[in-house]
Formats: sequence, C-alpha cells, structure tokens
Amino acid sequence: MNRPSVFTRAAVFGTAVLALSALTACASAPQGTSGAGTASAGGAYTWWDPYPQHDASSAWAKRVDSCGRQAGVTIERTAYDTTALTNQALLAGQEGNAPDVILLDNPAVSTLADAGMLAPMADFGLDTSRFDKNLIAAGELDGKTYGIPIGANTLALYYNKKILDEAGVDPASIKDWASLGAALEKVKAAGAKPITFAAIGTEEGSFQFLPWFWGAGAQLTQLDSPQAVEALTLWTEWVKSGIAPNSVISNSQNTTWEEFLTGEFAFAENGTWQINSAAQADFPTGVVQIPGKDGGAAATPTGGEFITVPVQQDTARYAATKKILECMTTPEGLVETGTTFAYYIPSTAEGQEQILAKEPSLQPWVDAVRSAKGRTSDNLGTDYPPISEALWTAVQKALSGAASPADALKQAQAQAKQATGD
Amino acid sequence: MTSLRTETVAVRRETRPAAPRNRARRWTAVAFLAPLIVYLLVFYAYPLYRNIELSVHDYTPRAFVQGDPEFTGLENYRDILADGTFLRALRSTAVFTLASIAAQYAIGLALAVFFHRHFRLAATLRAMFLVPWLLPLIVSASTWSWMLNSENGIVNAALQAFGIGQINWLTSPDTSLLAVTIANVWLGVPFNLVILYAGLQNIPAELYEAAGLDGAGAWQRFRRITLPLLRPVSLITLLLGLIYTLKVVDIIWIMTRGGPADASTTLAIWSYREAFGTGQPDFSPAAAVGNLLILIAFVAGLAHVRLQRREEAG
Repeated sequence: MNRPSVFTRAAVFGTAVLALSALTACASAPQGTSGAGTASAGGAYTWWDPYPQHDASSAWAKRVDSCGRQAGVTIERTAYDTTALTNQALLAGQEGNAPDVILLDNPAVSTLADAGMLAPMADFGLDTSRFDKNLIAAGELDGKTYGIPIGANTLALYYNKKILDEAGVDPASIKDWASLGAALEKVKAAGAKPITFAAIGTEEGSFQFLPWFWGAGAQLTQLDSPQAVEALTLWTEWVKSGIAPNSVISNSQNTTWEEFLTGEFAFAENGTWQINSAAQADFPTGVVQIPGKDGGAAATPTGGEFITVPVQQDTARYAATKKILECMTTPEGLVETGTTFAYYIPSTAEGQEQILAKEPSLQPWVDAVRSAKGRTSDNLGTDYPPISEALWTAVQKALSGAASPADALKQAQAQAKQATGD
Repeated sequence: MTSLRTETVAVRRETRPAAPRNRARRWTAVAFLAPLIVYLLVFYAYPLYRNIELSVHDYTPRAFVQGDPEFTGLENYRDILADGTFLRALRSTAVFTLASIAAQYAIGLALAVFFHRHFRLAATLRAMFLVPWLLPLIVSASTWSWMLNSENGIVNAALQAFGIGQINWLTSPDTSLLAVTIANVWLGVPFNLVILYAGLQNIPAELYEAAGLDGAGAWQRFRRITLPLLRPVSLITLLLGLIYTLKVVDIIWIMTRGGPADASTTLAIWSYREAFGTGQPDFSPAAAVGNLLILIAFVAGLAHVRLQRREEAG
C-alpha cells in the first residue's frame, strides 16, 4: 500500500518538473526567434491586427501569410481587440519595439501619428492617390498620409420586410426625416416596435449618432448648434414616445443587432459587417440609407481599419513592408479582403467596381461608403476623441432625461472646448 | 519576536573572533530576505512610484511614446478637484461603497448565524451561496444587466406582474447607481458569509449554554455574545470590504459604463474611463484619481489599525 504511493508521488513530482521545464522552454522560445528576426532584416515580420476572431487557420491569416511570402518574408501575426490594440501600440512605441505593420481602427491613426510613431506613406513612395478621398482622409494629419484604408464599412438602416409589409410601409418612400417619421408612426400603429439603435456611452454611441448629427447639417466643431439640437431632439423624442426602446441608452451595436434579429423591430441602425447575418435572419431584410433631415442620404461615419507602418530604426525593413502594403491594396487584394471579411467595401473606385461585378447586392453599401465621412477628417485629428466623448455624454444625458437636448449639447460644447484647448 | 530577541542577545555575547561568522550570518539573512525585497520593489514600490510619476506629469499619447512629458506638479490634482465630475463621483463612491458594505455585512451576518445552527443540507446550501464568488465577473455582470434590462428584463417582468410599471434600472440617472449597488451586494455576500461564519465557529458553545441557563433569549444571546465576540472579525471584514468596493470597476463598467450621464460614475470608474474608456488615453489625470483612491483606502486602513490597537489595549 505504501510503496505504490511513494512511486506515484515520485512520478507526479517528475511530471511536474518536466512540465515546468517545458513551460519555461516554451516561454523563452518566442523571445529567441523575435530577437533573431530584428537582427536580420529578411527574417520574421511582425503584424498586429484587431481581428482575434480570425485564428491562424482562417482565410484572413492565410491571406496575410501569402502577402508576406510574396514580399519574401515570414509574417508573425498577433491579434488584439480594438481598444487593447491602441494601448499595446502606445506601449510598444514607448519601448521602441513596435511591429512592422499595425492595422489600426481609423480614429486611432491620428493619435498614433501625432505621437510620432507612424511613418508617412510618402516615405516609401507609396501612391495614395487611388484611394477614395473621403476614406483616406481619416489617415491624414497636417498634409501627410499615415495609413491606407484596407476597406471601409459604414452605417445604414436595415429593415424587416415582413413588418413593413404588414404596416403598409414602402421603404423606398423614406427620403427625409419627415417620411421616416411617418413610416415609424405607421409601424407603431400596426403594433410592432419601430426602431432600435445603439446610444451607449462609448465611441459606438457617437458613431451611431453621427449620421443624424451630420444629416441635420451640424458640425463636430460646434456641438451646440441649432442643427445639432434638432438631431438630438429627434432621438430623444423617439425614446420618450416609445418609438425606440429605452434600452438603446445602454445598447451596444451588437445588442441592437440581437434585438433586431428577434424579428420584433422594423428598423435597426447597423453596419456593413452584419450583411451576412441579415441574409441569414428568419425574416426577409433590406437596407435603406440613413436619410438627411431635408432629403438625400446623410453622411455616415466611416469605420474600418487602416494599414499603418510604425517607424523602425532599421529602415531596410521598409522595402518588404511596401511590398506587403501593395499586396494588400491592389484592386484584387481589396476585393479579396472584402469577401474574406464579408463586410468590407474596397477603398478604391476600381476595387468597388470589381466587388459590385461579383456581388451586385452590395450597391446600397457602396453608395453609403461613397457618401461617408471620416470621423477625424476636417483636420480634427487628435481633437476628435475628446469631442466624441463630449458628444456621447450629451446623447446619454438627453435620452435618459438628465438634461434637455439643448442643455446637454451646451455642456458638451463647453467640455469639448476645454479638452481640446481652443 | 521572543526567539529573535534571544538570538541577538546570543550573538552579542559571542566574543570578537566570532565576528566574521557574525557577518556571514548577516549576509545569509540578507540573502534569504532578498527575494522578498526584490518582489516588493518590483511589484509594489515601482508601480506606486510610476503611478505618482504619471500623475505629476502631463502624459499625452505623444509624450508617452516620446518619453518627454512636461512636469506639471500638482496641476492634474487641481484640475480633478475643480472638475464637476469630482464631487459627483466622490458622492457616488461614498454611496456605492457604504451601501454595499453595510448590506453585504448585514446579509452575510444573517446568513452566517442562520447556517451556524447546523441543520440538514446546511453545508450544501452554504456552498450554493458561494456561487457568486466562483462565477467570472463578466458572466455575473452581464447576467445582471440582462435581468435589469428595461424592456425585456426578468426583474421588470416580475414587477409588472405586481402592477408596478417599467423601471429603467440601468438607463435612468435616478436608478443606475442603485442597480449596480444591488449587483455588487450580491457579489460581496459570499465573502462576508465565509469570514463571519468562520468567526462564529470560534465562539465557544459554552457561552451560549451558560447564557441560556441564565435565561437569555435568542436576541439577547446574539446581542450580548455573538456581536461583541465577533467584533475583531467584523472589523477586518468591513475594512476589506471597503477596500474591495472602493476599487470596483468591472461590474459597473460592464453594466452601465458609469452612465447614464455619469450617474453611476465612481472614482474608480472615472479613473478607468480617462485611461482606457475613450479613444485617447489620458494617463495622467487617471493616475491622479487612482492615487486619491489609494489615499482614501490608506486612511481607512489607518483607522482600522487604530481601532484595533485601542481594542487590544482596552
């Protein structure tokens, strides 16, 4: 009885020691390889992106690999989630070991460019003129371009065709706020829930509010203009009168989408990335562009990642980097990225034509992307994040009834002014 | 303590030729202490120093990367104290913390006394009360926010059955602080239950028997025996509860992000939001708010030590 237990103990101990040493070996291995990589310019290239949902075996990872192979290097890809990525990038910049390529959410580009972390595209002679002006604007700071959009997404109104048919609403009739309001009232009268959106107190809240804000004719430089008040009043009235549920105040875009998928809502404001999910819904869906107040499509904010190149001490590495960037942004490359993700609209006219030839149903989205606007454009750059924070706070205040739309926006303008120092 | 003292005396009594051995022994002592000291320096002293350093500079993202922040002295602290959010956040922190620990302690003590009576299934039931502790916070916080959802939440559905109209738990500035406090109380009860239950087991059963013979009722036994003898345990439970609750970020962040309109923004949430909650990290004011929190917890700790000393003396 005693003996086996001693043996077992010894075995357990032995295994533990072995496991430990194996662990330490694993832990030290990557350091060794990355050290070697920095030493010789031809070795491993480091690549960060915000797509942890695409693992090493995904189509996206394979595409990154193949672009690396074409440039004659091996790419080591690491995925973080969006907010963690910006913080990681700042830390790496501080320690001077930034990766060769980072795919950044577009509002973060000007922040990192302003920090002096990114190399301008002109430095490696990359031609940026073929990209849509409205899309690449988010990568521009003081006349220099610090990144290229690998694709773009934006917002529109998805609708539930079943509910609209029952309520007798023709989606084509929605041309301005008045006709949208009439459609929502009709849906409400028919007993369905009219609309849902995300007004959460984060960047997503500002992102969703901007089409209405810009659609009313307001500017981010003047948060308390009468036009801005009109836009916020529109949302506030919707929540007050029950046209939109009260939960929009804490809804993220994903939650909103889940609400829409229940089939109870007639409209949902959401983005290009839900195209596949909408096609698989239990009910027929369609898309209309978000209308401006007095007609026409409202400018919607562009979303999507920019491919950026952090400054390297060893400038010899840029040659391969340039090849990788070109591989990712040829028209074919953009279409491939677009279809890989199922939600990206190419960022060049040529790419857009090619993806439309393949999938004509993307037409409303291509239109929306063409009329879209970067959040950091108008040379707002690094002023955008504090302005956006003030804006989503105002939206939260007005919708929750803590302040009237006019007062909430007045406070927001004061807050933004103080934060941006003008 | 005593063994250490005798040792020094013994060392002193040794004669001169033994001095090198003495020194060697001291080096051995240092060598044994070194890992602990290095650990303390790396994981406690340095982060604290860094936090203070962040708070007295103006760390913009640019300065953070370039490593050339402007020294601003106490300006960050002055800005924070002058900010309208500060008083609100301080008040919310006080309400959230005090309400949480009071309710956690009361419920935890009630349950501990209840389970102390050893009935059948007591152990199983007690184990079930520990579930909130075992669940990952992201799970419990998300579950709470679903339950408290204005339109589809189960809480509102239950209230509606009793004819109470829709309460916008998480989306009204009047109730969001209450909603996150309720969730936090639920999370903290198991901790209080476990410690107080352990404390109860240290109270000798004879005392209760004697009191019973003297004709003390249940309430009197609780008031005259349980409460006074549980005092030291209660004090440490409340202090730990205070420190844990002061720095709660996750549950509030997941449920309301401190909103709507800052209604559930505590100091910890404010600090987190400045640093990580927006597109542009503001590390310096965030660090300054964090330091204020450390200060508050430190003062509470001092008060605890003082109370304990008085107790030991008296």
